Amino acid sequence: MPTVEMTDHLYRYFPQLAKQTITVPAGSVAEVLQAVNDIAPGFSDYILDDHGAVRRHVHLAINESMVIDRKTLSDYVLEDHTVYIFQALTGG
Amino acid sequence: MAKMILLGTRKGTVIFDQTDAGWHPRPILHAGIPVCYAARDPRDGTLWASLDHGHWGCKLSRSRDRGMSWEDVTSIKFPEGARHIVSYMPTPDFDPEAPTAQAEYADAIVLKIWQIAFGPADQPGRLYAGTIPGGLFISNDGGDNWELNRPLWNHESRGGDLFVGDATSENVWNGTPASIDYGVFEPGIHSIMIDPRDQHHLYVAVSTAGVLETRDGGESWQSRNKGMRMEYMPDPEAEWGHDPHFVTQSSGQPDHLWQQNHCGVFYSDNGAQSWQKVSQPDVGVHFGFPIAADAKDGKTAWVIPAQADAERMAIDGGLCVARTCDGGQSWQILRKGLPQQNTYDIVLRHGLDVSDDCLCFGSTTGNLYLSEDRGESWQCLANNLPPIYSVRFG
Repeated sequence: MPTVEMTDHLYRYFPQLAKQTITVPAGSVAEVLQAVNDIAPGFSDYILDDHGAVRRHVHLAINESMVIDRKTLSDYVLEDHTVYIFQALTGG
Repeated sequence: MAKMILLGTRKGTVIFDQTDAGWHPRPILHAGIPVCYAARDPRDGTLWASLDHGHWGCKLSRSRDRGMSWEDVTSIKFPEGARHIVSYMPTPDFDPEAPTAQAEYADAIVLKIWQIAFGPADQPGRLYAGTIPGGLFISNDGGDNWELNRPLWNHESRGGDLFVGDATSENVWNGTPASIDYGVFEPGIHSIMIDPRDQHHLYVAVSTAGVLETRDGGESWQSRNKGMRMEYMPDPEAEWGHDPHFVTQSSGQPDHLWQQNHCGVFYSDNGAQSWQKVSQPDVGVHFGFPIAADAKDGKTAWVIPAQADAERMAIDGGLCVARTCDGGQSWQILRKGLPQQNTYDIVLRHGLDVSDDCLCFGSTTGNLYLSEDRGESWQCLANNLPPIYSVRFG
């Protein structure tokens, strides 16, 4: 199953995600984020804006490639992939 | 009488509690997170903070145990289809009289929750939130759910109902510099006033558009900018384009409204049907951001004069508060207890509050001052706070 790794900063708001390996079913980035949101309700609001697009100052990557579709999150995450959630260095 | 002072600061929420030994601060809450506004709901004591996460979007945080614990409230969101006409910063060759170019549209995203306001006692659970871009959100369940006020969002002064199609009128709401931090130049709602006599009667102030009033609970809105003057537009008395920095009303005499505007101090004694400029630049009363009105006497108000817009700091290196007790006909400059040398503070639009005889203001230099005698004299409560965005008694 794909693994999700994220900046420690998010553990402050979602401590239930800390100190564990987060695995979710393979699927689109939208489905991966929804699966994390199921573990930690409200998580999506930190990553996505009002219309479900990736927030301006958040970067998502699949393995070493940045997610291309930041609007509808259609990039596909395979079984052996890791999804990374970063703070962009553009703000904050 | 207020027992608490809530500060929204660049690095979190700071609460001062009144004790027998004076006002004492608690350790900072929401540490490290910018808090642009914090206030206490006088109806049930709930504390509210508007968090301005740099990366994770803006959130409301709520405490129902006097600040001991806090919870995220469901994010305020624009509904699908909410669009606005994109505003751009005026460039050096900007010509305000040039024909409007083809409108550009953008999906609305809540960038900042600028003010939270509380409904009257007979409307428990009713809350208001003003945002950048300029949306007014309303909750009827204590903040669990929020709904965009569409008549204001779809107002003809914003281009009409963009949910159903392209603009049918000109957008005359301009951007506020406060939005530039978010990489946009969009308007914002920073002042919300609810008439204590009539829950259906509200005012909002928009930077940069002006004041609007509704008398039917938000079903329709009318501009209330008669008598206003702006010195930066070809027609200084145009209906729209005004830059209220903050607008407030006397809760005991709600027809008395006060406005610290970019272009001076304005007063209305007829429910904003008309405004009168009451600046007195010769004594320093003209430019500034916050304004506070007395709860009982609508003719009494306080401002914190600042050096005009090119500098935006205390005048001549000394802090003062100006008070009028006669509807702005005369102003007293109050300096006792405030630093008068090498002082360059600026107090932002939500950085001053009044409660009975107490006033309190905080500056972006992290200084906090309190008066317990209606501004006659001041004491310093703190010097090394983070930049202060809002001060509210609770």
